[in-house]
Amino acid sequence: MADASISRRTLLASAASAVGAHALSRVGRAQVPAQATHPVVPPDPTKVPGSPPSQLGQRSVFEQPRRIPIGNGHSSVAPIQDLYGIVTPADLHFERHHAGVPVIDPQRYKLLIHGMVERPQVFDLDALKRFPAVSRMHFLECSGNGTPSYRGIRPNLSPQLIDGLTSTSEWSGVPLAVLFREVGVKPGATWFLAEGDDAAVMTRSIPIDKAWDDALIAYGQNGEALRPEQGYPARLFLPGWEGNANVKWIRRIEIADRPFMTREETSKYSDPLADGTARLFSFVMDAKSIITFPAYPVTLPDRGWWEISGIAWSGRGRITRVEVSTDGGKRWEAAELQQPVLPKCHTRFRYLWNWPGGATTLLSRAVDETGYVQPTLEHLQTARGLGTAYHFNHIRAWRVQSDGAVTFGLEG
Amino acid sequence: MRGTVARLVLALVAAGCGRGDRAAVHTGSPARFGFGRAATTADVSAWDIDVTPDGTGLPPGKGTVPQGAAIYARKCAACHGPTGTEGPSDRLVGREPREGFPFGRDPRFVRTVGNYWPYATTLYDYVNRAMPFDKPGSLTPDEVYGLVAFLLWRNEIVADTTVINAHTLPQVVMPAHDRFVPDNRRGGPEIH
Repeated sequence: MADASISRRTLLASAASAVGAHALSRVGRAQVPAQATHPVVPPDPTKVPGSPPSQLGQRSVFEQPRRIPIGNGHSSVAPIQDLYGIVTPADLHFERHHAGVPVIDPQRYKLLIHGMVERPQVFDLDALKRFPAVSRMHFLECSGNGTPSYRGIRPNLSPQLIDGLTSTSEWSGVPLAVLFREVGVKPGATWFLAEGDDAAVMTRSIPIDKAWDDALIAYGQNGEALRPEQGYPARLFLPGWEGNANVKWIRRIEIADRPFMTREETSKYSDPLADGTARLFSFVMDAKSIITFPAYPVTLPDRGWWEISGIAWSGRGRITRVEVSTDGGKRWEAAELQQPVLPKCHTRFRYLWNWPGGATTLLSRAVDETGYVQPTLEHLQTARGLGTAYHFNHIRAWRVQSDGAVTFGLEG
Repeated sequence: MRGTVARLVLALVAAGCGRGDRAAVHTGSPARFGFGRAATTADVSAWDIDVTPDGTGLPPGKGTVPQGAAIYARKCAACHGPTGTEGPSDRLVGREPREGFPFGRDPRFVRTVGNYWPYATTLYDYVNRAMPFDKPGSLTPDEVYGLVAFLLWRNEIVADTTVINAHTLPQVVMPAHDRFVPDNRRGGPEIH
């Protein structure tokens, strides 16, 4: 079992089932790059002293999860099929930036808040950190996530390539409402502009009620400072809302009584619809789920007990139920939801499946606390149109072939 | 479109109230902490570069289509193509289809400035802040006005004699400007 090509999932399955080790070697996901340097592995680790402590920990060299850069060099997708539970390690959090990752000196960082306020203010990083802070677990998802599952579906897509533009972290920072109270928002203010300090000088208009509700200026991620790719030293964080609006490297907030109609909220991140209109300011990420095991490129080596597992999330609150179908949608049964089930956060679901052999299709559908049920692809295409953009939260399907090979999509 | 904006604002304001109560992380928080410092006029003017549909934020200066064409050839064509249609970066020019707004139904149509952008002022704001990609923020106001004039002309929205400045740009009505609607998704069982 020291064979590095055998993935953690294989080991997990081994403990939970009676499947033989010989057969399991076929499940491996080729996760370890060929160039990984392995330490000398002693025949018996109890017979030689191990390594001393270190200033900075490293992953086991046998574990090499990686983001995959996609598109035109402005995104990378998180390896969601390689993660346990709900937390995304910060160095595997997906990336989406519009003009690269800037280098910002925290000593020179400042956030300007002006516009319809009583007292225009500048806050440096120390000032931001001196305010009462909060830490909250939330997902962050690019609204373009899932595009490859909507049209032009290919069977050889992994969870990472389909839905890797979502990640969950513990975000720490100051509630934006605290800062807005500090500057004194004037009556009649309804929107604010958030602007980044990157080469795109990214801007989005945000309804001011989101600030009074749950928006943060975040400077912490999973217990440490934000990663540069996630907005170091400070970013806007809007729980449950599309990633693009969560402006990174935030330098300026201008409070106003109307939206600013920036490029990112008109020509991009608007949703053309089947009825000949386009939807503006579609901030909320609707409920969604994806099975991350078993999924392409896994091959199940044998029939019998397998734990189907995946993540579900909703930008409108808590996931209340995830249902799994192992027969292409004829029967649906409730999956187990791993606690904690938090609002606007990934929720891990699990479903124990005794595969009788033979080809079938695995599906999952999420339900959130508003009663929203994750729609079918056909339902979403009817509502929005085949040409729509963004917010692809329909049910994902995995085809299990009779030889155990798993591919994406409804067709065999 | 101002009417549409007003409806958007009303819809979103109606969607939620209750301001302020959750601003207090701790009971007994003071009305103000007094952290940070007062922003100066210089702080604001150094960064306040946004331009809105009513023209607020547009600087003095002007540009013409021929001026913009020359700048485009030098600073933009390498990424957006000689005529704004070739790429490899975003296609900027195109009015197809001439009728309707079929982007939701049909993924074959490419969204451009001419057939999709709802506001002409957004062109100034975006080109000024983020273009050219390899030298963002390097263009003078006259250069940005010229590029905006050129792109509007290439998209058959203004005449080749048009002068674009802070007065004329907000008056340009984009072909798609009535196509945009507020978000009607509200959670619950309906799929929109």
